[in-house]
Amino acid sequence: MSAAPPGRLVDNVAEFARLLRRAGLPVGPAETLAAAEALTRIDLGAKAEAKAALAATMVHRREHREIFDQAFALFWRDATAARHALAMTLMEKRKEIERKPAPAARRVAEAFARPRDQAPEPKDEPPRFDAVLTANAAERLQAMDFEAMGAEEIALAKREIRRLVLPLDARRTRRRHADPLGAEIDLRATLRTSLRQGGEILSLARARRVERPPPLVVICDISGSMARYAQILLHFLHAVSNARERVQVFLFGTRLSNITRQLRYRDAEVAFQMVAHVVPDWSGGTRIGEALAIFNRRWARRVLGQGAIVLLVTDGLDRDGAIGLAENMDRLHRSCRRLIWLNPLLRWEGFQPKSQGVRAMLPHVDEFRPVHNLASLRALIDLLSRPAPARERIMALAS
Amino acid sequence: MPRDVAATMALLARGGYVADADLATTVHLALAMGRPLFLEGEPGTGKTEIAKVLAEGLGRRLVRLQCYDGLDLQAAAYEWDHARQLMAIRLAEASGETDRDLLARSIYGREFLRERPLLSAIDPSLPPAVLLIDELDRADEPFEAFLLELLADFQITVPEYGTIRASSPPPVVITSNRTREVHDAIRRRCLYHWVDYPDAAREREILARKAPEVPGLLAAQVVAFVQRLRGEELFKLPGVAETIDWASALRTLDQHALTPDAVDETLGVLLKYQDDISKIRGAEAARLVAEAKDTAAAR
Repeated sequence: MSAAPPGRLVDNVAEFARLLRRAGLPVGPAETLAAAEALTRIDLGAKAEAKAALAATMVHRREHREIFDQAFALFWRDATAARHALAMTLMEKRKEIERKPAPAARRVAEAFARPRDQAPEPKDEPPRFDAVLTANAAERLQAMDFEAMGAEEIALAKREIRRLVLPLDARRTRRRHADPLGAEIDLRATLRTSLRQGGEILSLARARRVERPPPLVVICDISGSMARYAQILLHFLHAVSNARERVQVFLFGTRLSNITRQLRYRDAEVAFQMVAHVVPDWSGGTRIGEALAIFNRRWARRVLGQGAIVLLVTDGLDRDGAIGLAENMDRLHRSCRRLIWLNPLLRWEGFQPKSQGVRAMLPHVDEFRPVHNLASLRALIDLLSRPAPARERIMALAS
Repeated sequence: MPRDVAATMALLARGGYVADADLATTVHLALAMGRPLFLEGEPGTGKTEIAKVLAEGLGRRLVRLQCYDGLDLQAAAYEWDHARQLMAIRLAEASGETDRDLLARSIYGREFLRERPLLSAIDPSLPPAVLLIDELDRADEPFEAFLLELLADFQITVPEYGTIRASSPPPVVITSNRTREVHDAIRRRCLYHWVDYPDAAREREILARKAPEVPGLLAAQVVAFVQRLRGEELFKLPGVAETIDWASALRTLDQHALTPDAVDETLGVLLKYQDDISKIRGAEAARLVAEAKDTAAAR
């Protein structure tokens, strides 16, 4: 590569770019051209320089650097061998990926299928997927626990969920836009109008502060005990992240995954396929403390800026006996503007925070609410649409 | 402009910046290709410093735009001086001037335009600049969109006045602490470099340049200690800035070598979170000191 004529060089760069693309890096023609240009401006004899030049032009994120390094090492050693080796490893990887989503895909399929036992058969005209609901059935659907729903009710619920919008309490930003009733005076616009009147200021142009909803960060538990709710909530989260700006979604079981990018696919089914590729552990055990610790260390500073609201969706049943849970909840609570805990177990009358996990978490949340049926989702949306009250610890429940 | 990577490295070194080869290559390419440099990394790894040293080395002024949430055109690019404009209108009236067009032209003249960093950096009537856009992650998306436009053609259009275009695009350095993911569109336009914590050898070199009054043995121990600390599970790892501060602090306290007591007393210079401090203070600190001393002695 080092002694190659420019024509060969461009071919090689293009070849290398193809490899990176196949390894899943977003490398397009723009990156390839920039890389080729960069190589003309350095000493091609120096391998380290060439590598740095290619990395600077072809890698846009720290997370991609490792893949780049591997590809580069192989490619440099022997372009043809590298092609084979890399193609092989990539094939392996692809096979792995194709193998991996099987359980997740099955889960998705299961979510659409009727659960085995607990679906209570409604006596009067079961709601059909395309039927217009009677008021009575609609009401029942609102109050029905997600866990008890059959496939048809789930389909209906999902349709309902798609229609729920999330108007989070807007906060004033420092931006302004024109508004005749605004509180602030826009001097620039005032002067421009006054010039049309010969420099006489007859009216004041006014402006007001633009309001926009704060960022939303959702951390959702998908371990065994939560699997059913997580499936439904995923629909809700998909609808929300397609309707709003600045939504970040994380799933955790034993590990934590950021699925924000995957949920951006407009088509829900495609989005869930993508999520299935990313998330390794649907319905394993739960390690809430560990997941939160990872979130705090790796993500908190990246996604909790600008007054974010956090929705934490979990039942608080922790496999690790709540190790490190209190500290990490406390840290999370103090790094966001509002921490709302959604717990499906709250649907039981007389829910007592007995488990260690729940007791460790309760003192550190701003809101504690049920999330097990459509009505509770609606209540949640109501709550989020109101301006946040001043923070108080919810000690009454924990004491 | 430096000719090649070695010249870039030398230029940074003259300004007291110890760069590794990767960074020097990326900086050299950014200058040679006329692309913005996008530096991402933890706080305290010397991202802003690069822009400062670059401006100094190229003999250009440094124009710094500190970003924050809600940063708008008035603070970032330009603003009209309304008070003086009103005054000008009053004066024109007093002197019996009634020609509206003439008045409009006169109050939207250049002398009423207040420059903010972005306009100042591309203004051809001012000496050449290096533009530093600091902590872009703190700005919001509308500002990013505006910035994209600016980076594409290096011109700013003021509706009442006209278009101001850079005669030659200035070098641009963008930094981010990752408090928010900066949009891909910006990344694609730039040359990207992740600024990592330096390894022990480079950190010793940085310390020797930035805090020359610290004796060699202490400096070696300080660096060995901090390097070990970065391997711990902490909420906020100490940056290079903290290393320099800490070495200076120990020097001020007349320490010639690390002792567990001295570390415990000065831990607040290195670690900025109570959880981290209570985790390291005491036995853990003593263990790290012992290890750091061994490492420094083995050199």
